[in-house]
Amino acid sequence: MPKNKKELYNKKGVIAGIVIFAFIAALPFLINLGKAAPAPELVLTSKAKEAKECVRSKEFIKREHMQLLDEWRDTVVRDAKRIYVNPQGKEFNMSLSNTCLDCHSNKTDFCDRCHDYASVSPYCWDCHIDNPKEMKR
Amino acid sequence: MNVNYMYSLIAVIVLFLIAYVGVAALHLQVVFGILIPYLAFAVFIGGFIYKMLDWGRSPVPFPIATTGGQQKSLPWFKPAKLDNPTTKAGVIGRMALEILVFRSLFRNTKFEKKEGDKLSYEWEKWLWLFAIAFHWSFAVVILRHLRFFTDPVLFPVQMLESMDSFFQVGLPVVFMSGIVLLAATFALFARRVYIPQMRYISLGADYFPLFLIGGIAISGILMRYFAKTDIVSVKEITMGLVTFRPTIAEGVDPIFYVHIFLVSILLAYFPFSKLMHLGGIFFSPTRNLRTNTRAFRHINPWNHPVKVHTYAAYEDEFREKMVEVGLPVEKMPEPPQEEPEEEKKE
Repeated sequence: MPKNKKELYNKKGVIAGIVIFAFIAALPFLINLGKAAPAPELVLTSKAKEAKECVRSKEFIKREHMQLLDEWRDTVVRDAKRIYVNPQGKEFNMSLSNTCLDCHSNKTDFCDRCHDYASVSPYCWDCHIDNPKEMKR
Repeated sequence: MNVNYMYSLIAVIVLFLIAYVGVAALHLQVVFGILIPYLAFAVFIGGFIYKMLDWGRSPVPFPIATTGGQQKSLPWFKPAKLDNPTTKAGVIGRMALEILVFRSLFRNTKFEKKEGDKLSYEWEKWLWLFAIAFHWSFAVVILRHLRFFTDPVLFPVQMLESMDSFFQVGLPVVFMSGIVLLAATFALFARRVYIPQMRYISLGADYFPLFLIGGIAISGILMRYFAKTDIVSVKEITMGLVTFRPTIAEGVDPIFYVHIFLVSILLAYFPFSKLMHLGGIFFSPTRNLRTNTRAFRHINPWNHPVKVHTYAAYEDEFREKMVEVGLPVEKMPEPPQEEPEEEKKE
């Protein structure tokens, strides 16, 4: 065994490597230094508050709203069926602009808050971009 | 049945269940969501730096750079500047090729007997393909996860996400990298099982990381596409971790804790396993040395400091006695009477 095991060879390179590694590993912490990132709070419009219940339960909507909208789109576009009946038997027009955004007419304070927080950019807004109801508000 | 991979598989399944039961039945969210991740990260950082220092202290006794092409020689031979680098820039180029595109795996050929006793080398790129699919998709997956650790999410991360979900399949949109990662992990595992020689040399330490990473990928995919864990609550937890304001948000599916627990295990295991090739590649003398063995002498740092007595010193010591007994000397002693004159001349 070498006696001089304590000696660090190529000191500059090794130290530089350690510094780079530590910097990269600490990056997520450094970016957020001294910042708190509270979860977004959603603003419900008075119309949404009045309605109380969404198309489905809050839990379902929270998890599955994107898939529900995906299904709606396919049903409307492919089968030309426009009526959605929820488990409670209530009927809804399958439309993002006319049903969802009718109550939730505050896209920036409702949809975007969570989407931005979680860095989700749904391509729904590629078409449904000029939300007339929000423009009016 | 192979003991090596069965034990590894069982180990990962047990880890999976520990986290699941720990959260679903025992409600140990704080342990699996805060304590273990912090602990694992500390072990990862500490272990990684420890390993780097340990390797930095290990001497390289011989110049053992591998030569993958013509060495620099007489001017009319064209040298392979990247595969047989003699300059520092060449070494950097070689390391970059090795780290980014796995140059040495690409060089792989299969050696076997064909048509009776005829030996032949065959093009064999499967390992390279699986390896590059695995590493790059893993890198993309890791970078993508920065969306859970930054607020507002950095632009490059968003760009990466939109490229990763380019085909816009389903909602939530499918990220290609996750699927490729899982498929490549499976391919690398299948390779070890399918090829007899590979199976023979594969140990638990080879299978365990594959299953662990596979488990991480599966739990992540389950979480995103099937269980649909509340992502806002998840980000509350992860942001709590990186801002040192740890919180546990309610209503997060246990599968999230399984995911973060398996990642913690991976982090803590990382520095002490084969996965440490992430740091080790930079310390590989076969890659990071210059192939200038003919131009420069490589001194072995192991060399014990030997007390030498050169012939010149020996003759200085015994010159007069040597001359006395008539032994030949290289430097004749000056006759004593001429000594003062000699000094004047000098």
